[in-house]
Amino acid sequence: MKWDEFFVTGDPFIYAADVSIVLTTIAIVFVLTYYKKWKWLWSEWLTTVDHKKIGIMYIIAAVLMLFRGGVDALLMRAQITAPGSEILKSQHYNEIFTTHGTIMIIFMAMPFLIGLINFVVPLQIGARDVAYPYLNAVSFWTFFFGAMLFNISFVIGGSPSAGWTSYVPLAGDELNPEPGQNYYLLGLQISGIGTLLTGINFLVTILKMRAPGMNLMRMPMFTWSTLITMLLIIFAFPVLTVALALMTFDRLFGSHFFTLADGGIPMLWANLFWIWGHPEVYIVILPAFGIFSEIISTFARKTLFGYKAMVWSMVSIAGLSFIVWVHHFFTMGANAVVNSFFSITTMAIAIPTGVKIFNWLFTLYKGRIKITSAMLWSLAFIPNFTIGGVTGVMLAMAAADYQYHNTYFLVAHFHYVLISGTVFACFAGLYFWYPKMFGHKLHERIGKWSFWLFMIGFNVCFFPMYFLGLNGMPRRIFTYEWADGWFDLNMVATTGAIGMAIGFVLLVYNIYWSFRYAERETMGDPWDGRTLEWSTPTPVPFYNFAKIPEVTGLDAYSRMKRDPVKDIKKDYKPIHMPSYSGKPIIMSIALFISGFGLVFEWWWMAIAGLIGVLAMLVLRSFDYDDGYYVSVEEIERIENSIE
Amino acid sequence: MEYVQSENGKHEAPDTPLEYQSETGRLNILGFWVFLGAEIALFATLFASYLVLIGRYADGPTPGELFEVKGVLIETFLLLTSSFTCGLAVHEMRRNSLKGLIVWLGITLLLGLGFLGFEIYEFVHYIHEGASLTTSAYWSGFFVLVGTHGAHVTMGIAWMILIIIQLVQRGLTKHTTRKVFVASLYWHFLDVVWIFIFTAVYLYGMVMHHG
Repeated sequence: MKWDEFFVTGDPFIYAADVSIVLTTIAIVFVLTYYKKWKWLWSEWLTTVDHKKIGIMYIIAAVLMLFRGGVDALLMRAQITAPGSEILKSQHYNEIFTTHGTIMIIFMAMPFLIGLINFVVPLQIGARDVAYPYLNAVSFWTFFFGAMLFNISFVIGGSPSAGWTSYVPLAGDELNPEPGQNYYLLGLQISGIGTLLTGINFLVTILKMRAPGMNLMRMPMFTWSTLITMLLIIFAFPVLTVALALMTFDRLFGSHFFTLADGGIPMLWANLFWIWGHPEVYIVILPAFGIFSEIISTFARKTLFGYKAMVWSMVSIAGLSFIVWVHHFFTMGANAVVNSFFSITTMAIAIPTGVKIFNWLFTLYKGRIKITSAMLWSLAFIPNFTIGGVTGVMLAMAAADYQYHNTYFLVAHFHYVLISGTVFACFAGLYFWYPKMFGHKLHERIGKWSFWLFMIGFNVCFFPMYFLGLNGMPRRIFTYEWADGWFDLNMVATTGAIGMAIGFVLLVYNIYWSFRYAERETMGDPWDGRTLEWSTPTPVPFYNFAKIPEVTGLDAYSRMKRDPVKDIKKDYKPIHMPSYSGKPIIMSIALFISGFGLVFEWWWMAIAGLIGVLAMLVLRSFDYDDGYYVSVEEIERIENSIE
Repeated sequence: MEYVQSENGKHEAPDTPLEYQSETGRLNILGFWVFLGAEIALFATLFASYLVLIGRYADGPTPGELFEVKGVLIETFLLLTSSFTCGLAVHEMRRNSLKGLIVWLGITLLLGLGFLGFEIYEFVHYIHEGASLTTSAYWSGFFVLVGTHGAHVTMGIAWMILIIIQLVQRGLTKHTTRKVFVASLYWHFLDVVWIFIFTAVYLYGMVMHHG
């Protein structure tokens, strides 16, 4: 392979990206060196096993990915605004469109939520860490380096271009011989390891590490949503693992799972992909439901209405999510009985979801509502998500779906549910838990400007797409004719996209502004919170709770504030904490190297990386570091300094 | 009931096995069960893919032409026996016999290696007969399903070797017993998967698709 094939060339956007990547890297290296922060970075962050720091790193990575995915989106909108535009070439459009989808789902939505889960859930259940802190670091770093492997594709070797669903034969070796698709397969595979480990880790954490008195039906709703999400991950992600592996075998080793020749079945890919992919949709929406439940209950200053119904509706959504996957290809030739079955199961999901919507509304009813930025995102979620849900039921009717499948109607539908569901939840959760993470609130006024710009921009961007779809505009096209008559609504949509972009920039500015000027928290309970995470001081000590709280019912911290325990005896006991370790990041770098080798079929590099991974596993097996105990004097010193 | 991983100060019932005596041990064993749940999903997907590819032989040989009862029976016998000896190893561990544990683990390991040897021989034989990963969709499914199981067995053997070294170094501790127990769960799981492979791949292939 020649160097000019190795690096992507010939496109001004790519050269600009090259320059910005090099400059950013130099800037980071310079700042770290100038302020002598390398050692700090390594010993405080890169080797950490603290769930709070890991959560923050997840969120930072996810915000960066949101930026990348957002730039992709703007480039697409720029190209599609006017007919016959030539801002992007068709191949480049395909690549951007593929990376936008993949990044937003896999490397933005999921990590953002997992970041919030990492930070919040152990605190919410009164635990000092997760069940497997070391594994938690492995999860983060495999996600991170999987994401990086996927991301470098656009400057080295070329990005995947077969859509985030990677349908074969389009994604197969014959029609797509470039390394781009390999990046997709290996980037997702590596980060998928991390997701599965997260699933196991948090399932066990929630089942086994709750504070005394917190039985399952006293768990905060966010914790409940996490528990159910983790079950979905555990059963859905192995399917993705296999699907990706089989396509990797097809492309690299000449097997025939999905090929057109020699007996392969392209539809097998579509089935496997969506057996994972549909539960994945709920993996990114259920934690969002949990976040909204917490925020709505906190700022309506009421216990969540219909707690048990909320739990059971999430359980049934999770169950149903595994038996709807065929609705992603109603028009691909299944018979009427099959389509009817999947049509009905799909519509059935609307029932528990509707139950949840009504419960949120009843929680608001007669509440003393406080409008904060976090609450604004949560309130906006309800009507916007309902629009997305109702149009989803329209799509669920198999017969009607023949009319508008593969049109912008569908694009509008899933952006309505994913943005007003997941993205709003990420922002809401960020505003809500920000003071707990960083010791100061985000600025409310900037936050509200950011909200209105983004939320209105979102509607202006995606609502016209329903009509574009009904007017016959197919999705996945990179240009069209004036005679098609789709210009006006596309113009409107692009304006909305710009509004969303400004909203996002304001959010980032808010983070900067608040870091510089916002008033520092001292109490740790800025919103009059209801659950245990607010009972800890801010910043949260690395051991979370000096004494594990006793839980007597729902909204544990509200109860504590109502009937404070009089005699708080400070008889601390030594606390066991796990040691930091550099092995997770080193192992993930080795995986990255191995993956990079496989992308270009450089076997020596793939094997060398794999040997590195195995070496780390062996070292870990012989590692008997059991952590250490924090002494009573140390705890007293820290606790006193907080008061 | 503090979840703190305190190794001391816990009053355990006298018959609690060593691996269950620490909080870490209990958590790790439960986590491994959950991991096996994910493994079931993984193998179920591979089985499903294999089953839909049956009959898609392109111009390659059919399983009925290549499968032979003898080799498969030997493999099955070796692996099932190894599951039994692995059970004996844990039994010796519970009796606090380090030597018995290491001996039975060693025998398990040898049986596992024997299984692997026969499987590799079988694969090489099929490839000589013109059935490889690239021959047809059916054989892709066969090699990936059976090969994934074989790769798991290989991992299991490597893992057991590491554990035996640690047993020699450290004897029976809460850590080493937990590792043995978890590895034994893994080993039995591979045995169960093999029974499904034996049935769905070999018996079905020989009975339904011979010649």
